Amino acid sequence: MPVIEASELTKTYGELHAVDAISFEVTPGESFGLLGPNGAGKSTTMRMIGGTTLRTSGTLLVNGLDPEVRGPEVRANLGVVPQQDNLDVELRARDNLIMYGRYFGLPYSYLRPRADDLLEFAQLTEKSNEKVDNLSGGMKRRLTIARALVNEPRILLLDEPTTGLDPQARHILWDRLFRLKEQGVTLIVTTHFMDEAEQLCDRLIVMDHGRIVAEGSPADLIRRYSTREVLEVRFGSDRNAALVDRLRSFADRIEPLPDRVLLYADDGERTLEAVRKDGLVPLTSLVRRSSLEDVFLRLTGRSLID
Amino acid sequence: MDTNALAYSGRAPDPARQAALVRRWGWWYQAELRLWSMKAYWSSIIGTALLTPLLYVVAMGIGLGSLVDATSGGIDGVPYLVFVAPGLLVSTVVMSATNETSYPVMAGFKWGRQYFARATTAASPAQVAIGELLAVGLRLLGEALVFWLVLVVMGAVEPTWSWLMVPVAALAGMAFGTPLAAYAATLEDEGPEFASIQRFVVMPMFLFAGTFYPLTTMPIYLQWIGWISPMWHGTQLARLFGFGLPLGGWEIVGHLAFLLALVGLGGWLAVRNFGRRLAR
Ligand SMILES: Nc1ncnc2c1ncn2[C@@H]1O[C@H](COP(=O)(O)OP(=O)(O)OP(=O)(O)O)[C@@H](O)[C@H]1O
Ligand SMILES: [Mg+2]
Repeated sequence: MPVIEASELTKTYGELHAVDAISFEVTPGESFGLLGPNGAGKSTTMRMIGGTTLRTSGTLLVNGLDPEVRGPEVRANLGVVPQQDNLDVELRARDNLIMYGRYFGLPYSYLRPRADDLLEFAQLTEKSNEKVDNLSGGMKRRLTIARALVNEPRILLLDEPTTGLDPQARHILWDRLFRLKEQGVTLIVTTHFMDEAEQLCDRLIVMDHGRIVAEGSPADLIRRYSTREVLEVRFGSDRNAALVDRLRSFADRIEPLPDRVLLYADDGERTLEAVRKDGLVPLTSLVRRSSLEDVFLRLTGRSLID
Repeated sequence: MDTNALAYSGRAPDPARQAALVRRWGWWYQAELRLWSMKAYWSSIIGTALLTPLLYVVAMGIGLGSLVDATSGGIDGVPYLVFVAPGLLVSTVVMSATNETSYPVMAGFKWGRQYFARATTAASPAQVAIGELLAVGLRLLGEALVFWLVLVVMGAVEPTWSWLMVPVAALAGMAFGTPLAAYAATLEDEGPEFASIQRFVVMPMFLFAGTFYPLTTMPIYLQWIGWISPMWHGTQLARLFGFGLPLGGWEIVGHLAFLLALVGLGGWLAVRNFGRRLAR
């Protein structure tokens, strides 16, 4: 049985279709991603799963239960990391974990040692008696993630988990999340970082304007919607646009961006050679593998991070 | 660290059990947290509860009181200090209720957004609202108790029945606090609302609703301020217990019913508004 089944899930705010009739399933133990630009409807979808935003129409089952009807039962299985931290800033780091755990009916005898484990998980043991107000942004984020684990949830909802984390902390977090997944925890992650999506997600949906525009594994999506390699060339911002038509013949597809032109081809080096032979000498050039960013550009005509 | 135990330690109750406990006790967890966070300013709560009656009793009872007693022989047949003490207790507690249900409630939705964190747990928005109000009620009881003890020590009330002023004061506080909490839960942004309430509702209530003199000394066209204010209804009941102000049976029932109705209405609105805000 899927842990999450959404069918024609819709949320409107007035005229705005924040989430527009999307359907998807998540199987147990899977790591499932929602990728999309600002305002795509990712957070709204996450909140509907937790039952904290009421859907306008469609059906949604979490562990076979409707979160709007059986909120406590659904959320007892969930760990929620909201996009915006909402820690109790007046309380100390450790007390935040303990008091949050109380709302799952957990006794202090369980919560005290659990809080210590989670502080270690978040590398905040030294800060355990510090008021949250005095923690850095990245530390707060880590504490929020630790807090979501207090009730040993089988499903973890992570809304942009690594926003504000430094590269090292991000990699450590990915590693920890991966280990949770190995133990059967289902991960649902929203992000607009393509490397995060590629690292963390077995499967993802790409959302735009509340709709699903593509679905598959990262590798699968790249294969389907992009070429193997991408050649990025810069001729200076005033010349890029003028050269687009001349460049078009060298690649399967071409994507002019304000500061550079992307040429999609299976062999980037050969394409670059051909461009040079034609007498076009870019100021800089770079050959790289296709990423989800390219998939996104192809599907929506827009960049993920704007 | 043992990351296996991170996902599943085997020590936590299973989710169905967690949910069942929270369905029953969720309101208490919220009250517990709010009381726990008041720890930060417990000493100031107690200090205020000790100091306010001392200041009032000296200023009103001894200063103003000696003047009143000398010219008119007291009010309602008792010395001015004895007359004014119940009203001071009730109005102080109502003002504390105002503080506890205005900015803190708005902060939970707007600044710290902690209520949104509660919404992601197994607790329900209704339980959050109820727990929050319960904690405020308990805090008001505590403050009223300290205030009353000071009055007893200062000889402003007789201890036998006057302890009933304590729950009466807390009830009056909640009669104003619950509707205010419900209102605070609807505010999207910090504006002049609370300052206006302080200025145009709480202050007139304090000055015109019979705290310092019987309401009947006011011209009839101003007496309505007392009739609609929880402070006056609470003060009348507190006077009954403080020095035996003669009230008819129906008057007692009326005052109580008015206060209870406001608490009920405010509580219901708070539950509804918290629900609308936390799940929409
Ligand atoms: N409470 C609300 N009231 C009105 N509109 C809302 C509300 N919440 C979200 N929206 C709108 O719904 C749309 C989707 O928002 P959502 O937060 O789900 O996007 P997102 O994909 O999470 O974006 P981001 O990457 O910026 O976090 C946006 O246009 C947003 O303005
Ligand atoms: Mg979002």
